[in-house]
Amino acid sequence: MKYLLIIHMNPANWEALPAEVREAVMAGHEEFIKELTGTGELLGFAALADPSQTRTARVRDGELTVTDGPYLEAKEWLAGYYAIEAETPERAYELAGKIPDAKYFAIEVRPIMASSGLEM
Amino acid sequence: MTRTPVEGLLRDLAPQVLGILVRRHGDFAECEDAVQEALLAAAVQWPAHGLPDHPKSWLVTVATRRLVDQVRSDVARRRREEWAFAATPADELVAAAPGERAVPDSDDTLTLLLLCCHPALTAASQVALTLRAVGGLSTAEIAHAFLVPEATTAQRVSRAKQRIRATGARFAAPPPEELPERMRTVLQVLYLIFNEGYTATSGASLQRTELTAEAIRLTRALRRLLPDDGEVAGLLALMLLTDARRGARTGPDGELVPLAEQDRSRWQTMAIAEGVELITATLRAARLGPYQLQAAIAAVHAEAPTAADTDWPQILSLYQLLSRLFPNPMVTLNQAVAQAMVHGPRAGLALLATLDGDERVARHHRLYAVRAHLFELAGDPAAARGQYRRAARATTSLPEQRYLESRAARL
Repeated sequence: MKYLLIIHMNPANWEALPAEVREAVMAGHEEFIKELTGTGELLGFAALADPSQTRTARVRDGELTVTDGPYLEAKEWLAGYYAIEAETPERAYELAGKIPDAKYFAIEVRPIMASSGLEM
Repeated sequence: MTRTPVEGLLRDLAPQVLGILVRRHGDFAECEDAVQEALLAAAVQWPAHGLPDHPKSWLVTVATRRLVDQVRSDVARRRREEWAFAATPADELVAAAPGERAVPDSDDTLTLLLLCCHPALTAASQVALTLRAVGGLSTAEIAHAFLVPEATTAQRVSRAKQRIRATGARFAAPPPEELPERMRTVLQVLYLIFNEGYTATSGASLQRTELTAEAIRLTRALRRLLPDDGEVAGLLALMLLTDARRGARTGPDGELVPLAEQDRSRWQTMAIAEGVELITATLRAARLGPYQLQAAIAAVHAEAPTAADTDWPQILSLYQLLSRLFPNPMVTLNQAVAQAMVHGPRAGLALLATLDGDERVARHHRLYAVRAHLFELAGDPAAARGQYRRAARATTSLPEQRYLESRAARL
C-alpha cells in the first residue's frame, strides 16, 4: 500500500527550538531518506517553502484570482511529505515515527488512492 | 507493450541462462545483473541483425563476458575473482558447450523461483526479483507496471539480492520439509503479480495488464515442472477463469461492472474452456487446496450463460468447504453472498454479523460493500445506502469508490 506521510509543523514552535535541535532534525531527514531509499520503500518526497511564500489560487466565474497566504487559517502548516510504499499499515506508522519532526510535531499517515480495483 | 517474438524468446530463455551462469559461477546477485545486461543487449541487437544461430549460447556467452567485466572492474572483489577464475576452466568462461549440462533447465527455473520468493524478502522484493530473474523483464518495465520510480524498483531488486546473500541461501532446492511452505510463497507471489495486472482499470494500464499475461506464463511454466501439484494447477485455472472476464469487467470509461451485470458474450470462451477442463481434472486427482476451490467457484460462475442461471447452491457448498478447510474472513464475506442467494439476504446478513468482531475485516470496505448489497436485496435501501457510503469512504481504490458511490446514488 502506498502512503503519504504528511509532516505538519508550527513555524513559531520550530523557531523556538534550540539551534542544535533544528540541525539534528535536518540531519535526521538525510538519514531517513538514506534508510528509505535503501529498503526500496521511498517513492518521493519534498520539503515545502515557508508558508509566508504561499499564494492561493481560485477560479470564480471563470476568473483566476491569486491571494497572499495559505488557504487554511491554522497555526500548523504542511512542511513537507514523504510518499512511501509499505508492506503493512504498521510499517507505515513505524516509518512515520522515524521522521525526526515526529518528536516535536506530528505526522499524518494517509493511504494514497490506487487506480486499480476489483469488481464486486 | 505487446510482446514481439524476440521478447517472448528472451523471457523464456532468461531463467535458463541465469540457471547456467549461477551453476558455473555461484554468485546469484552478480549473475543476475549480467543476464539482465545480456537480455538488454539481445533486445537491441536481435531485431536489428536477426536471431543468432544458438540464441541461448549467445546469451550465455554475452552474460559471461559481462560477469567477467563486472568482477574485473570491482577492485574490492579482486581476491574473490582470482579464486573464482582459478576454479573455472578457461573455456567455460567464453562459450557454452551444448549438451554438457547434467541438470535440466526446468530444475533451474524452479530453483530460481524458490530463491526469488525467499521468505526473508518483502513481498514487493519477491515480486520485483521474480519478474526480473525468472520473467526476464527489465527494471524499467517492472517499475512502469507497478507505478513506482525505476530507482525504487532497482533498489528493491538489489536489496533482495543482498538479503538472499545474507541468509546464506544457496542456489539449490530447499530441504524437503521446507518445500511446501516455500511453494506456498511462490504461488502467492505469482497470484500477486496476476492481481496487480488484473485489477488495473485504465490510464497507465497497458503495461499493468501485461502482468496478467506474465503471471499466467510463469504459472504455466511452473505447471510443466510440477504437473502433479494440485495447487499449481488450481492457481493456473483460477487465473485463466478470472482473466477470461477481463474485457467485461470494466465499462467504456473504465468503470467497474459487477459480475452479475457483465456482458457474458465478452467473456473469453477459450480461456474458460481451458480453465474448466483443468480444474475438473485436478479436483479428481489432486489433494484439495484453496486455489483449487477458488478455481472451482470461478468455473461455476463461468459456466452460467446468464447471471440468473448461476448454480448458487453449488457455489455455497464450495465456499462452505473452503471456509471449513481454510478459514479466512474474506472467504466468509464471499460465502455470505452465496448464502444470501440460496437462503435469502437475511441469512447472508446473519453470516456477515459473525465478522463484526474480527479485526482483520471489521473496518474493511468490502465488509461494508457486501452488507450494503445484501441490505439492497433485502429491500432496505436506507441501510444499503449508508453502508455503500461507508464502503466508498473506506476503499483506497478510485474505481471502487466511484462504483460504490454510484450504487449509493441509485438507491
